[in-house]
Amino acid sequence: MLPVRFSDTQRLIMRKAEPLGDVGRLLRRIHIDSILLGGLLMICAFGLVVLYSAVGENMDLWLSQCIRLGAAVVALIVVAQLPPDLMRRWTPWAYVFGLGLLLLVLYLGEIGQGAQRWLDLGIRFQPSEIMKLAVPMAAAWFLHERQLPPRLPELLVLGIVIAVPAVLIAMQPDLGTAVLIASSGILVVILAGLPVRVMLILGVLAIPGAYLLWRFMEDYQKQRVLTLLNPDSDPLGAGYNIIQSKIAIGSGGLFGKGWTNGSQAQLEFLPERDTDFIFAVMSEEFGLLGVLTLLGLYVFVVGRGLYIAMQARDSYTRMLAGSISLTFFVYVFVNTAMVTGLVPVVGIPLPLVSFGGTSMVTLMAGFGILMSIHTHRKLLPH
Amino acid sequence: MIGVFFALAASSLVARAVHLQVLNKEFLNQQADSRHLRTEKISAHRGSIVDRNGEPLAISTPVDSIWANPKELAAAADKVPGLAKMLDKDAQALMRKVTRSMQKEFVYLQRHLNPDQARKVMALNIPGVNIIREYRRYYPAGEVAGHLVGFTNVDDSGQEGLELAFNHWLAGESGAKRVLKDRLGRAVENVESIRPPRHGRELRSSIDLRLQYIAYRALKASIQKHNAESGSIVVLDIRSGEVLAMVNQPTYNPNDRAQYSAERYRNRAITDIFEPGSSIKPLILASALESGQYDTGSYVDTSPGYVVVGPKKIEDSRNLGRINLTTVLSRSSNVGATKIAMSLQADQLWQTMTQFGLGSMTASGFPGESAGLLTHYQHWRQISQATLAYGYGISVTPLQLAQAYAAIGNQGEMHDVSLVALEAPTTSKRVISVDTAAAINQMMEEVVRPGGTGTKAAVNGYRVAGKTGTAWKFAAGGYSEDKYLSIFAGIVPASDPRLAALVIIDEPTGDLYYGSDVAAPVFAEVMAESLRLLAIPPDALPARDANNVMQAMSQ
Repeated sequence: MLPVRFSDTQRLIMRKAEPLGDVGRLLRRIHIDSILLGGLLMICAFGLVVLYSAVGENMDLWLSQCIRLGAAVVALIVVAQLPPDLMRRWTPWAYVFGLGLLLLVLYLGEIGQGAQRWLDLGIRFQPSEIMKLAVPMAAAWFLHERQLPPRLPELLVLGIVIAVPAVLIAMQPDLGTAVLIASSGILVVILAGLPVRVMLILGVLAIPGAYLLWRFMEDYQKQRVLTLLNPDSDPLGAGYNIIQSKIAIGSGGLFGKGWTNGSQAQLEFLPERDTDFIFAVMSEEFGLLGVLTLLGLYVFVVGRGLYIAMQARDSYTRMLAGSISLTFFVYVFVNTAMVTGLVPVVGIPLPLVSFGGTSMVTLMAGFGILMSIHTHRKLLPH
Repeated sequence: MIGVFFALAASSLVARAVHLQVLNKEFLNQQADSRHLRTEKISAHRGSIVDRNGEPLAISTPVDSIWANPKELAAAADKVPGLAKMLDKDAQALMRKVTRSMQKEFVYLQRHLNPDQARKVMALNIPGVNIIREYRRYYPAGEVAGHLVGFTNVDDSGQEGLELAFNHWLAGESGAKRVLKDRLGRAVENVESIRPPRHGRELRSSIDLRLQYIAYRALKASIQKHNAESGSIVVLDIRSGEVLAMVNQPTYNPNDRAQYSAERYRNRAITDIFEPGSSIKPLILASALESGQYDTGSYVDTSPGYVVVGPKKIEDSRNLGRINLTTVLSRSSNVGATKIAMSLQADQLWQTMTQFGLGSMTASGFPGESAGLLTHYQHWRQISQATLAYGYGISVTPLQLAQAYAAIGNQGEMHDVSLVALEAPTTSKRVISVDTAAAINQMMEEVVRPGGTGTKAAVNGYRVAGKTGTAWKFAAGGYSEDKYLSIFAGIVPASDPRLAALVIIDEPTGDLYYGSDVAAPVFAEVMAESLRLLAIPPDALPARDANNVMQAMSQ
């Protein structure tokens, strides 16, 4: 099981000063973890290369993405300066604030593409983005000074803390984000050391839950699930995206067709090629080699995040760091599994690569929290 | 445990990538190609048709057709009104056309736009709207050569006339190229040429457009003057068998597809048959001479001006008495011709007619050609042989009859007719002896001389040999009393024949209906101008004029 089982003593024994270069030490001083930043920037760089091809070599779009990326890195640096203690104290307020915004969105939100997700308070943004961080923070905050693993009454409270924002977001409707937010909260609970039998019980309960979910799903969402099960049943309609994306990926082969040479992507046979399906563009043009490289970078970043979690000095930061890292992986997994036809089409972009800004800022802010956790530890004197 | 999940999820992604990119690569690659590689047609340029002097009769001009992929166009329905406006069509009708074809990948929106206009349509940049280069036929000679040249359909394939008969020669073969297409079906790039188009070849027809025009104008004027139903003129080059002119009325303009109707576009000179009436008599006399039973000095007694064969009484307009063969022809004696025909062996008569090409198709190769009707002599009854003598009970096409006259003019040698200009004359076969041909030729000259029936066919400065014909039209229940065919067939110049021509006017109305009055003047008009245009030397300059020239020269 995970680090939460380690005693403080064990942690103190395990903790060693990391070997850092001059740049690393300099960055450490401004609360930046150079290893994590390196991994993230490599993903971003690869992402920009792919995106340039995916937007059809449109320089304006590509530059706008560079600017967003810059803004996201700034957000990372800013968040990294906030000490974890401060974050922990602000957690309940952040959660309540986010919840309030979600309620506002339901009444005042702007409608974009059939869903009510946007709120215009001077700047336009999606309150669900706040909840992506606020929910795991709240769950970790609730658990951090309690006895672990949590007992049933605590689990019930946690269930409410997680479910309320998830349901509000699902009502927008934005099922993809709702699932992600719920899973980020649940990951905290699992990291807190949920007993196996409780997980099994929850697993059994999930069956009627899935049925209820099915009942409440919009037609287009049901269609997506059905399409996954048999994409060839409607190759020109709902199955089109998956079929086209599988063709693009598969035709890339081992080494790909070369940058900006992907016939399916460049000739627009691939739908949503610069957003949700950008992974297919990458796969077509860079082949299996590109897939392994990108997945390797993601795994490296997640691994570094989990390492930071293990090194964390208290249960709040440990659970939060673990949740943020694993949620990031869930992002990657849901998107790539969707694009390769393993799970239904859920509108989740490929983190740090897909075109688009809001979610990138949130993601980077999350990594800022990780860095803050890692660099604000009180290191033992040498 | 989290670690296990994590590893499992990551490896499932890798496994999936390997599954798609290594194991299924071939299949998926092929699927990819099938989405963006297309084979596209390159239309071949259809060869032109020109007259014997190179004047264009049918030419292909490049045009662009607009087509659409209905599904893609329907997705951009808001653009349809703009498109309709550009195509000058009703927006709703266009939308209906698109929605009706939703199951298809291809529907023509507008065929044959001029390239300028097509470029404007494409500039609208509407998804699913595409362009294809095609060729459209244009017929510079319009209705003057309409029947002969025929026309193509919208797909550039011959439907009638020479366009159909020589479609294979003219059409060429479209080529193919491989193109890269994007999702909207726009060709992005030519990848390779699979097969270059083989362009069609030029067809040089035997027609002389100048003669064609003369014939067209003369026929049209005569049809109007006599308020006739229809008519045809055929002019043959006696020495080669080439068709120099072939016109019919009513006609049509092949550039205007609205005029198409079977009634109008039939090339009657080849497809329609008629009973030749008296115009067959030269062939009867030729048969008589060939039989050896008659010679140029033979006489036949036509008294008392009629002859009874079975139930039928065959009459002349008056009692001509005992007349020679020349008079039989020049006065067009039915009684004389009948008596001669009756005296011949049936097989002799039949053979001569067959030799002249009656009852079998000519070598023209023209679509829809008729072979005419010539009953085999074994099935003849006595009356058949009698009526054959003055051209009933047998049917010929105008071209067949012209061909037979041309054989007489060519010293008894018959060339195959040809609608294509020839480098060298076609092979010919002997139909009648040189002597017989010369004799018939001479007799036919008398027809046009004063006292004959065909005086109005005379051409100033030339000797003309020919024969008139007036046939009652066969209508339901028997021969009509007031519907006639007016015919003149002849050859010029008689001393050294170059042109054979046939004029037939169907149902002239009014007082004049005899071949001598209706068809003969048309023949004279057409021949006079044709001889001059072809610079054929006159063979009948008045003697007085000749003397003047001599005197002028001696002074």
